[in-house]
Order: sequence, then C-alpha cells, then structure tokens
Amino acid sequence: MLDLRLYMAQRLSALVMVPLVLGHIAVMIYAIQGGLTTAEILGRTQGSLLWFLFYGSFVIAVSVHAAIGLRVIAHEWGGLRGRVLNWLMWGIGACLFYVGILAVLAVTLP
Amino acid sequence: MTATPSRLTVTVQRGTEGAIRHETFDVPAYENQTVLDVVTWIQQMADPTLSYRFACRVGMCGSCAMMVNGVPRWTCRTHVNKVAADGQLEIAPLRNLPVIKDLAADMDPFFDKWVAAEARHHPSAGRADEFDPVTSQEPARAEADLGIECINCGICYAACDTVAGNPDYLGPAALQRAWTLLNDSRDADRDGILAAVSGKGGCHNCHSMGSCAQYCPNDLNPLRAIAGLKRETVKAAWRRKRDA
Repeated sequence: MLDLRLYMAQRLSALVMVPLVLGHIAVMIYAIQGGLTTAEILGRTQGSLLWFLFYGSFVIAVSVHAAIGLRVIAHEWGGLRGRVLNWLMWGIGACLFYVGILAVLAVTLP
Repeated sequence: MTATPSRLTVTVQRGTEGAIRHETFDVPAYENQTVLDVVTWIQQMADPTLSYRFACRVGMCGSCAMMVNGVPRWTCRTHVNKVAADGQLEIAPLRNLPVIKDLAADMDPFFDKWVAAEARHHPSAGRADEFDPVTSQEPARAEADLGIECINCGICYAACDTVAGNPDYLGPAALQRAWTLLNDSRDADRDGILAAVSGKGGCHNCHSMGSCAQYCPNDLNPLRAIAGLKRETVKAAWRRKRDA
C-alpha cells in the first residue's frame, strides 16, 4: 500500500525528525538538570520564532511519518483498503497535526 | 548422525480452498529420504488421490516447494532427518497462494506478479544486430549475476510476511527478477521497470524482514535486490524532478 510518493514522504520526514528528536532529548535533559520552572521555560519559548520553527517542523514531520506508518499497519493487519485507508491516513495526520500545533502555539505564542 | 526413527508420522493438508482437512499417514522412515520421497510414498502406497507437484527431483525446476513443518522448502532437496529428527512431519501447500488441491498451490498470482513487475526481457536489439557481449567484470552485470539463478520455486513468496499482509505486494521473486533486468545491458525498458516496481504493490512495501533471503534454497538475496530497486527508483524520481 506504499507507492514511491508515500515512501519518499515517510523517509524524508524521518530524515527531518532525526536531528529534531536529538535536539528535543537534549533540551529535555538540559531543562530538568538545573530544575527550570514552568515559568522559566515559558519565558524562553514564548515569542521565540526559533522554538516555534523547531517544534512546528517537528509536528509536521511526525504527522506525515506516523500517518503513513499507521496506514501500512491498518492495511496489513487490519485489512483496510482503498478510500477508507486513505481517509484513515489523512485523519490520523490531521489529528496529530492539530494536537501538535496547539501545543506548539500554547508555548510559543507571546 | 542422529538416530533415524523407524516410522514417520506425516500430517498432510488435503482438499481444496474452503474445504481444507488434515490427514495423518504412517510412513516407513529410511536413513536417506527426502520430503518429496515421503510425499511420493504416500501417493503410491497409501492414497493415490493425493495431488502434489514435482518434476526434476534435483533442485533445478522449482516445482516441488511446499510448507514442511511450517517452513517453505524445496522438498526434493530436503532430507527428512534434517527437518524432522523426531519423526513428525507436517506438509502443506505453499503459503500465500490459493490451493488447487492438496499440496498443489496455484502459482498464477505468483507469475502474474512477475509480469506486473515488468520482470520480463525487453529486447534492445533485433535479430540482425550485433549482440551485446556480457562480461561479469562490469559492476552492473555482477549485480545482475547475483540474482539470475532463481528457479521460480515461490519459496520466498511463501516466506514473505509482507505478501501475507498485503496481497497486492509483488513479492521478492518478481522484484528480484526486475532488478536483474534493470542491471542487464541488453534490456531496453529501464523506465518501464522502474515505473512497474513503484506502484502501490511495488518494492517500497518491503519491510526488509529478510525471510526471502533466509529461506531461498539457492542462497539468493532478494532483499538486496529490493533495496537496490528502492535506491534506483528514488534516484530516478529526483532526476525527474531536477529535469522537469
């Protein structure tokens, strides 16, 4: 159920995610080391274009990557095909993007 | 050498699609005996209605592949005491294919997919033309040579879990054949092959689980061929984007 386009989209989104995952883990470790408070974290992220772009692109890559991956599982293990499978993929991608971008906006909007 | 039991208990899948049953036969065991010998003994000595398929008996024709104790094998080259030291054998038709009757699987979907993968020769020269000398020194030819000993037995197809989950998937054998042709200087339809293996059942569905390479009786590596196809299709796609 993967043609070249979906395959490329999934591989490219994985490529984007690799440095972002490493960056995210590094930030998490850094943030808990010195005991940063919520207010201190928000003080750094709110109004920051850099953090918006960092986690914004993360959310896009995750939405694309996970939606295609779950599409394959739904087909091979769940037997879904055709239009239902496409709707499921787009639905999962849209949901992940929606909840992800809400979270990003919540911490980066000034 | 392991001790050979004097009798074998052989469970054979019988019947056609939708009416599958299992029958157990008591078969004499010999020290040198292949699984195909066992099936032949059952047909000749116990039940002449048993259907199965074989031709060459020496591992060349690829006709006699079956599931033996849950594993796809070429039965003519599989010694019983290597796979059933305890004297228990379970024999079934190849997985992932419809059953015609008993142990004979319907190979049509398997070969239809070879055609769908453009895994057939596309001539680049006519009868009057000089033919292209083929030497194994060229890297592309050496790559093609790795896959050309396929005997079309269908064992990789039966072993593949991606085929099991995704009936549209072309499967390891057809894709490997497409890969050998892609690397053959005498084949004239490179773009056609790349397009054929890039569709919704194409090479990009492979999860690289490697059962094809694990079970191929000729020690071929369709996984490597499929990885090559993924690489070439991606390269061709970038090239098309650049040239557009």
